[in-house]
Amino acid sequence: MDYFDRFAVPHSSPMIVGSQIAIAVTVLAILVGVTYFKKWGYLWREWFTTVDHKRIGIMYILAALLMLFRGGADAILMRAQTAIPDNGLLDGQHYNEIFTTHGVVMILFMAMPFIIGLMNIVTPLQIGARDVAFPRLNAVSFWLFFWGAMLFNISFVVGGSPDAGWTAYFPLASVEFSESVGMNYYAIAIQIAGIGTLMTGINFIVTILKMRAPGMTLMKMPMFTWSILITNLIIVFAFPVLTVALALMTMDRLFGTNFFTMANGGSDMLWANLFWIWGHPEVYIVILPAFGIYSEIISTFARRNLYGYKSMVVSMVAISVLSFVVWAHHFFTMGHGAMVNGIFSITTMAIAVPTGIKIFNWLFTLWKGKIEFTVPMLYSLAFIPIFTIGGVTGVMLAMASADYQYHNTMFLVAHFHYVLIPGTVFAVLAGFTYWWPKIFNFQLSERIGKWAFWFIVVGFNVTFFPMFITGLDGQARRMYTYSEATGYGPLNLLSFVGALGLLIGFAFLVYNIYWSTRYAPRNVTSDPWNARSLEWATHSPVPEYNFAIVPEVDSSQAFWDSKNNGPALFKGKYKEIHMPNNSGVPFVLGIIFFVWGFAMVFSMWIFAIISTLGIFACMAHRSFEKDHGHHISVEEIEETEKKLRGANA
Amino acid sequence: MKMKWALLTIIFSIATVLTGCDNPLAVLDPKGPVAANQANVIMISIWTMLIIVLVVVILYAIMLFKYRASKTSDDYVPPHVEGSHVLEAIWTIIPILIVIFLSVVSVRSTNEVEATPKGYEDQEPLIIYAASSNWKWHFSYPEEDIETVNYLFIPTNRPIEFKLYSYGPISSFWIPQLGGQKYAMSDMVNTLHLAAETPGEYMGRNANFSGAGFAEHTFNVKAMPEEEYTKWVDEIHGTAKKLTESEFDKLLEPGHVGQYTFNGTHLDFRPAPEHNHGASGKGESEHSNHEDSKKADEAETEHQH
Repeated sequence: MDYFDRFAVPHSSPMIVGSQIAIAVTVLAILVGVTYFKKWGYLWREWFTTVDHKRIGIMYILAALLMLFRGGADAILMRAQTAIPDNGLLDGQHYNEIFTTHGVVMILFMAMPFIIGLMNIVTPLQIGARDVAFPRLNAVSFWLFFWGAMLFNISFVVGGSPDAGWTAYFPLASVEFSESVGMNYYAIAIQIAGIGTLMTGINFIVTILKMRAPGMTLMKMPMFTWSILITNLIIVFAFPVLTVALALMTMDRLFGTNFFTMANGGSDMLWANLFWIWGHPEVYIVILPAFGIYSEIISTFARRNLYGYKSMVVSMVAISVLSFVVWAHHFFTMGHGAMVNGIFSITTMAIAVPTGIKIFNWLFTLWKGKIEFTVPMLYSLAFIPIFTIGGVTGVMLAMASADYQYHNTMFLVAHFHYVLIPGTVFAVLAGFTYWWPKIFNFQLSERIGKWAFWFIVVGFNVTFFPMFITGLDGQARRMYTYSEATGYGPLNLLSFVGALGLLIGFAFLVYNIYWSTRYAPRNVTSDPWNARSLEWATHSPVPEYNFAIVPEVDSSQAFWDSKNNGPALFKGKYKEIHMPNNSGVPFVLGIIFFVWGFAMVFSMWIFAIISTLGIFACMAHRSFEKDHGHHISVEEIEETEKKLRGANA
Repeated sequence: MKMKWALLTIIFSIATVLTGCDNPLAVLDPKGPVAANQANVIMISIWTMLIIVLVVVILYAIMLFKYRASKTSDDYVPPHVEGSHVLEAIWTIIPILIVIFLSVVSVRSTNEVEATPKGYEDQEPLIIYAASSNWKWHFSYPEEDIETVNYLFIPTNRPIEFKLYSYGPISSFWIPQLGGQKYAMSDMVNTLHLAAETPGEYMGRNANFSGAGFAEHTFNVKAMPEEEYTKWVDEIHGTAKKLTESEFDKLLEPGHVGQYTFNGTHLDFRPAPEHNHGASGKGESEHSNHEDSKKADEAETEHQH
């Protein structure tokens, strides 16, 4: 039995035992359910083995929604614990685990896959491509992310959660100060998911550079595609740093090296620098696609072309460059002196300039428009003022001497939630609602969507605005409790009330999906929003091959032009279409990575070695496999098109 | 419209909360020159940023009010406008000017808070070594040869140089009403300049997450006139017991303890890790005893295992 002791949670509580039972029951119910309804074959053929970018995108978004609720449960617990002074709901250790997993889950397993899911579904359609450049690699990316996320999530019921903060600063994250396997999970699960993300980055850069429809020059790409191109360039430059940092961390924790430890010349500052050299660009990885989504939506519902297209592109490129030269502002207080702090203070404030350009361009896209307040537009409009507050408080934090007072306080927490929630969460919710009919051929209810919107927007402000004030009053972040004498009580209670508002908002969101799936009218047109870019030019739901005929394009809003007496998009006749074959290997590879990760977390070397061999076997299989894909015949295309045209009539 | 009102309420509440005098926020209620400098920077930036927020919100309100679909006729077709070089230049150049202005404020203030406070240059600073361990603060006064745990007595109107380091995770030494924080780390010593001008008791804490006992990793600060401070030091010389190595080792064990007072400092047997990687120390004096600190480092390493 001793062997199995290592899997016990070292610091258990009734809440964790309850979750262990609930998770076991749910997993069992899913397995039994799928078997009972004989859905294994369907799942395997249509989903587990798929290389179709649209299906992979849907799976990314499903996983992201699941993680949104996991991270959200953490958040509600945190707000509940700090709602009143000296609260005993959670103890210090549990609180530390919860804010650590909240950060990791929300950034890496919610924001990232949600963004990557939308980019998967939309980008190939927007550039008139049939799939991404490397469809098989795309499936590998997804399954690595998925199994990495699952590995991270079981930490909570098997062996103990990570507890050193999502930033995992050393020496706190070393074995000396964090003994449980929690931080091993952190190092290895993020590593697995991160490799997947890096491959996504390469895949989408190649897709966008090589597979655009004829006529679509770079400066004629829709703004969302531009944002995805820049985002993936950042991914390719930033993620290798994370890979290296996590590898060094793994060696420190598992093999006794001393890269970041306190003893034998390890450097804690090295970790902080490596982490933020990745970490700051990471912020832009989740925010730039949001800028793209907003550009599409604002332009669509203001019924106007995007104002200042060129300066939008230039400002995005400027942001991506600047994102790599500001990382030290995350630790102005580490003592690098006035000179270094001054330089990083200026580079950080400089980001406000291109970001400001974008805000004004969006405002002037509304100018002389004909604004319709649909749900996606409401999120986009709410984004502008709220993100402005996030942005200006960012400039305040960039002032190094003042940052000595803001650093590590609730003011900082308020700031980055004011940036990330309107910047990423509102954007993915807007994009999700906007592109939903393209994927499923019906719209989400506007009425329920508006309820969700108002609860989320008001709840958000009530939750996070008080933190600016408690921060200036000296409330440090990450404190599991505080005494009544501090006077932080009332505003923290207000935050909790706001968090409940957010909870209701997200409940409406789920209810909307349920209600609309059951009752919303089917067979809306393929262009229900009267939109402007190419994804709306094909049928809903989109056929496997996306476009029966590859469109020809001569502006950034080619579909809009063609609807308004411009040149026709689709010229010529149907030709045979070459498509990639499905493959189960990416799924299997993901599972092997999961086993490898689990073995590494618990230092079970025999399993680790066997699964490492399995990973190489999968790669060798791919190298020697002869798979030339399949062809869709002209008759088959004609039949599909006829059927879909009927559906969208 | 709800949005606009919500925003206006937010803006006015910031303004009233920040400028209201009845119950000022700690950071905006400075009791020393460093915190005053920082509070000043914060207020300059808040007012500058409020102007920007107002411009955005006004434009935003105009656009939403004037160009909503319900206000336009059915046959109105929005025009195609590529952009405007003049307008785009305006919202590029004005932010650049604002950033330049704030950069000057930021760089100047950062240089000021990283040096002995203005007006105190001719005074000999009081040097206090502040070491953090899980989850305590050890304050050594080498000049007075005394050491306290979890509380700090300082004279007012005298510059103080804190030498910060840690026997564990990165901690951040912070007394909001006297000035901003700085990290205490295990492999180097950071210098933080502060001074108190008003006698009184202040909250001090570790602001950087350092594990299970982080929330209570605090200390009390009492600032008092010079005579009172000297009296306190003399009293300790007469009454407190000597700090021994074994006693110090016991104090280093993880956990929370109350307040302690000792004669002698732990610097005698466990010197601070002063190799000065960073730029924040005073160069020469620390380089000269580089050899000593190296030895200290080895001793430290041994202690850890």
